[in-house]
Amino acid sequence: MALLSPTKPAHARGGPDRPPRRLGFSQRLGRLDVKLSPYLYISPFFLLFAVVGLFPLVYTAIVSLYDWNLLGGQGDFVGMANYVAVLQQPLFWKSVVNTFSIFLFSSVPQVIMAITIAALLDQNLRAATFWRMGVLVPFVVAPVAISMIFGRLYADQYGFINEVLGLVGVDPVAWHGDRLASHFAISTMVNYRWTGYNTLIFLAAMQAVPRELYEAAVIDGAGRVRQFFSVTVPQIRATVIFVVITSTVGGMQIFDEVRMYDAQGLGGPNRDWMTTVVYLYDVAWGNQKSFGRAAAVAWLLFLLIVLIGMFNFLLTQRIATGGGRGPKVSRRHTKRLLAEARAAAASHDGAVPSAAPGGTPGAGQGSPPPPPSIPPVPPPAGTQSPNPGEDVR
Amino acid sequence: MSSVAVTAQTAGASAARAAAKRRSRGRAPVGGSARRAGKVTYILLGAVLLISMFPLYYTLLLGSSDPTSIAQSPIPQWLPDASLFTQFATVITDSNINFWLALWNSTLIAVISSASVVLFSTLAGYSFAKLNFRGRGPLLVFVIATMAVPVQLGIIPLYILMAEIGWYGKVQAVILPGLVTAFGVFWMTQYLSEALPYELIEAARVDGASMIRTFWSIAMPAALPAAAMLGLFQFVQQWTNYFWPSIILTNENPTLPLVVRSLQANYFVDYSLVMGGIFLVTLPLLVLFFFVGRQLVAGIMAGAVKG
Repeated sequence: MALLSPTKPAHARGGPDRPPRRLGFSQRLGRLDVKLSPYLYISPFFLLFAVVGLFPLVYTAIVSLYDWNLLGGQGDFVGMANYVAVLQQPLFWKSVVNTFSIFLFSSVPQVIMAITIAALLDQNLRAATFWRMGVLVPFVVAPVAISMIFGRLYADQYGFINEVLGLVGVDPVAWHGDRLASHFAISTMVNYRWTGYNTLIFLAAMQAVPRELYEAAVIDGAGRVRQFFSVTVPQIRATVIFVVITSTVGGMQIFDEVRMYDAQGLGGPNRDWMTTVVYLYDVAWGNQKSFGRAAAVAWLLFLLIVLIGMFNFLLTQRIATGGGRGPKVSRRHTKRLLAEARAAAASHDGAVPSAAPGGTPGAGQGSPPPPPSIPPVPPPAGTQSPNPGEDVR
Repeated sequence: MSSVAVTAQTAGASAARAAAKRRSRGRAPVGGSARRAGKVTYILLGAVLLISMFPLYYTLLLGSSDPTSIAQSPIPQWLPDASLFTQFATVITDSNINFWLALWNSTLIAVISSASVVLFSTLAGYSFAKLNFRGRGPLLVFVIATMAVPVQLGIIPLYILMAEIGWYGKVQAVILPGLVTAFGVFWMTQYLSEALPYELIEAARVDGASMIRTFWSIAMPAALPAAAMLGLFQFVQQWTNYFWPSIILTNENPTLPLVVRSLQANYFVDYSLVMGGIFLVTLPLLVLFFFVGRQLVAGIMAGAVKG
């Protein structure tokens, strides 16, 4: 921090009897430089953000209070009438239910799949980068393209998925007719694109788990599965919350996948898979052409996202901190586990040298504090590299 | 050919790279479970890879086929063939599709957007992470809070604004909202607060470097790994973006995702052509991914630990 206050010129610091020298022009300029630069550097972001982020945000609220038409422009002030109108439309509620259903189908299996694949990748693999890149490929495919491709895979007649189902004796599913089936199909598109991305995030978190915890678990006789559930999952809890919350914000905004799923792109003849964002689009640019109502939908959607985000946060925290039998993982707990691991390591290494300090025969048992002769355990690999990018190569 | 300085520089760089490699090899295997992966792991991962590649392969299959066989069989053929190129040619030359224009627009938008996001995010991130100024805390909280706000919320005023200034149907209308992201600022702040030591900045300042000079020669190089990830991420996001372009752009001046829309509108029954076109639209990013996917993977993983 010290450097940030302008450095006093050395000669100005002289004895008290010497009159302070006047600052020269360049020094004054230097001081101004230090003072203003921070604001100068953040200003491009904030100026641009004010135009493309903040202004639309505030203005949406204003538009939602007016009778505002795509073609006619701004009309009369109508107060909350747009909100009332939207809340009274059954289609709005249907779209909310659809969004929810699609979100559930996509978020839960996605997190489970991503954690599983990450656990597979979190091993001493040959060609690790190849596998990691492999799972990320779908991420670079545009959602609209994914939607078109999956629209064919899920074709009701002669679709690939129905054909495969037929091989195992399942009757063809009406992917474009049945409401729940269509939600499932759309969810798989979301999962297809994002599972690999989340896998890498989980993988990174898994690699930061201290190895000693696994060693301790092995010594305690835990198998691979037990290690996964008792060490890995609790340790990556923060990441799980992070992924769930980001996928909530994303899951509430599904649009591209629905637009290209069939020819009309409005969620089918009965709007069975119309999401709220598609509904918003339809209100603003479809038949109604009502910007006022669409703005109201936007705000309602925002409220919904905040609500679900909060609910999610509470839920994941409850689950992760282990209501029930899962071990509660706090920093202290991790520390204790580490201490145990060190002690265990100590009992292993310390067996060979002549005598453990104190000379008690059964020193290996229990969990005595590690004797001072034991070299400190190196810090977990994830924290020591100043350039995290290097770890992966 | 090359001057001594250049040779020294490149030799230095490669020496540094080699040292880094040696170091990482010498280090104990990273990760919780360092056990050697068994056959089952490879089989399962292979299956995952097959599943993630299959939709793209299927696109090639349908693109090589013809509408009649697609309508009658889920797998019209097992291998792509040369008729794929006929579809490509049709898509590229069709005057309603505007393929080249779309490719140009997409490139323009993605390049400008990612360059701008990287530059402005690094500037702001450096300021937030390493400089002291009044209002730093609240402003940073503000940035983080806006990350949770979905873009859809502002789509209507944005449309009104663009229509007002006559940008409807023009690429500027897509470029402008993509110039900055709150995520970028957050990301660079996070990275620089850890990766850039105060001592380096101090040294530069003592040597008489101005603030902006310090930024260019100290902060910018330090930020490079995170900047690469941010740039790539923004590039992919912009390249695959559909929602806003589909509202503000027309099929006469499209981006590549809008080509998918035109294909669907113009050739809805001709699936082989549509699928061929979809593969063509996807191809540029796949090629790019082949070259820089490694960096993208590294970047995503580097950000995750802190995130």
